[in-house]
Amino acid sequence: MTRTRTPGISRRSTLALMGAGAMSVAAPWVARAQAKTIKIGMPTILSGRVAQLGTSSRNAVMLEVEKVNAAGGLAGRQIEMVVRDSKGQPQEAARVARELVNTDGCELLLDGEASSGSFAVHEVARDLGVLCIHTCSEASSLTADPKQHIPNAFRCVRQGIHDSIVGGSYAASIAKAKGLKKWATCSPDYAYGRDTTGEFTLYLKRFAPDVEVISESWPKLFQPDYTEVVTKILQAKPQALYSCLWGGDLTSYIDQANIYAMFSQMEVFAVNMADYTALTVVKNLPKGIHSGNRYIKTFPTTPENAAWGDAYKAKYNEYPTNWSWQNATAVMFLSEAAKKANSTDGKKIAEVLKGLTIKCPFGADGTVTMRGDDHTLVGYAIGWGTTIPQEPYVPEVKAGDWKTIFELEAEWKKSKGYT
Amino acid sequence: MDLDALAGCLASSACLVTQTTSGLIIGMLLFLVAVGLTLIFGVLKVVNFSHGAFYMFGAYFAMTAYQLTGSFALAMLAGAAGTAILGLIFERVFMSRVYGADVLMQLLVCYAFVLIFDDVVRIIWGPEFKSMGMPSAFQVMPLFIAGGVVPPYYLLLIGVALLAAIVLGIGLSRSRIGKVIRAAAHNPGMVSALGINTGLIYGGVFALGGMLAGLAGALAAPVRSLTPGMGFSVLIESFIVTVIGGMGSILGALIGALLLGLIRSFGSLGFPLFTEGLMYLFMVIVLVSKPTGLFGKEAA
Repeated sequence: MTRTRTPGISRRSTLALMGAGAMSVAAPWVARAQAKTIKIGMPTILSGRVAQLGTSSRNAVMLEVEKVNAAGGLAGRQIEMVVRDSKGQPQEAARVARELVNTDGCELLLDGEASSGSFAVHEVARDLGVLCIHTCSEASSLTADPKQHIPNAFRCVRQGIHDSIVGGSYAASIAKAKGLKKWATCSPDYAYGRDTTGEFTLYLKRFAPDVEVISESWPKLFQPDYTEVVTKILQAKPQALYSCLWGGDLTSYIDQANIYAMFSQMEVFAVNMADYTALTVVKNLPKGIHSGNRYIKTFPTTPENAAWGDAYKAKYNEYPTNWSWQNATAVMFLSEAAKKANSTDGKKIAEVLKGLTIKCPFGADGTVTMRGDDHTLVGYAIGWGTTIPQEPYVPEVKAGDWKTIFELEAEWKKSKGYT
Repeated sequence: MDLDALAGCLASSACLVTQTTSGLIIGMLLFLVAVGLTLIFGVLKVVNFSHGAFYMFGAYFAMTAYQLTGSFALAMLAGAAGTAILGLIFERVFMSRVYGADVLMQLLVCYAFVLIFDDVVRIIWGPEFKSMGMPSAFQVMPLFIAGGVVPPYYLLLIGVALLAAIVLGIGLSRSRIGKVIRAAAHNPGMVSALGINTGLIYGGVFALGGMLAGLAGALAAPVRSLTPGMGFSVLIESFIVTVIGGMGSILGALIGALLLGLIRSFGSLGFPLFTEGLMYLFMVIVLVSKPTGLFGKEAA
């Protein structure tokens, strides 16, 4: 039996027409709903030894995004965060960043990468022209070096040179008081480690000219074993050690140095120690390690900072990290800039971000500024103190002076040919 | 390059003791991982690319047992026994299906499980790094031998690894099981024809290899941070040890691991920016002069 076609409109055609009709009626409504949402892409490290920092970055962003959305969103558009794991690998960070913009439709980027990945994401931002706020990389050259500069990238992070000026002057005062002339360094072998260590020793020697660095160690990032590094430092017999190891690398290093009784043989200055990530993970935290503040809820000693730390803990059942406050601040900047620009357009936000000062729980005077000439964060609370093995971990932090930081940073930039 | 520092160290008994001990620690941990790798290759003819995962599991099992019981001995036992059981299951359920298959297929299966095992650890223990902490018995001042610094925990670590090497060496050369394993490595068909269950032998060898890697992970747990994927860097170094020593040679694994440990330890003084490179350079020199490795045998 053969089937014959009947003339007129078939059932399939009728269904197709009905579908098209429904779509045409719904399309403007769907488009309006989509327009209300703005996607922000965030490549960060969600696996591997520093995953805790990446996770804490995401947590802090979500905490702030909830507030922004509850208050009406970014210039009226609800924020949808799209967070992806870069595994801490530069090539993966670049791939993820590109995909977030090109495939996922993200209009802005929060680059939650360590320095190893941030330079790669920076190049993606340069290529795609999308507004990018670096939220974790402290390598000074990222925004200080004019060759790296692009108008659409900002850095909402503490910066190595700032830490080094404050840390160098703090360490020099201890060195003079205790006669610490022979120093060793042990820092990770990549941009952040090299930059920060060089800058720290520069200012240490500036404030204490008779200091001499007698040994340098450059373990690779995420190295599992530091035994050979620890013994090398012990052989050199320094009176003091500087390290900018961080995260799991720092805790491994401390665990391994502990059993060599290293902390009783020299003064240790570990800039990244005073962060809950390290403070709470190290089982036998030595007393008296000198550290810069990373994130501790007791510095700056303001109710706003303590409240923010407690709110984070209440939501995520752990304390925030150094990366948390920086990411939270980036969302605060975005929110304020979008409000002032009355737009979510990246170019317009970038224009407003330049030189923008906002109220912030992490500011030295309750505010922070996105400096206009080099697109970097200034005015955040910065200081050094010594550890104790229980809360508050760093009971007294000696605050750095931003006037001195600005003066010496300007000199440093000149010496590097950046200005 | 800082040859003065290296020469100064070689002329100082204190430095020699400290750096030699440091080299032995690195070497013995590597040996425990590499010997399992070489044993599995020697008997099963499989390059077990997933071997680093057993090191990782050993560390996590030990940490969990230590947190639950507070006993360091139980932690070590959990690390070793847990990975032995895991190795046996892994071999019986998955690896036994790719014996005799193309090497590429074996590598793909192993690599797939590297990723799966990392994700399993991430799901169970979380993605952030962990620290087991040093047991209180070892939170003591280091020993000073001839002016050199030697932590008591590292003496234990070297002792346990050395004991494992001796037991393994004697067990394989003298015991009946050892002879059967060696026979199975040489001619599995003949061993099977004699009525011996080769599947059991293969499973046992895989479990033993896993156990040794797990023991290494457990011993490393008090001093290294634990994270998903931590087995990978150890695996690479273990491969280098295995290749230097000669694939399938237990003595080769021991000598290769110790040499590598000492190269790293003394190399960090003389060649601080080329310590990693020294390792690879040494491998190249060995393979160019003896392609089968130091104790490897020419294929018949």
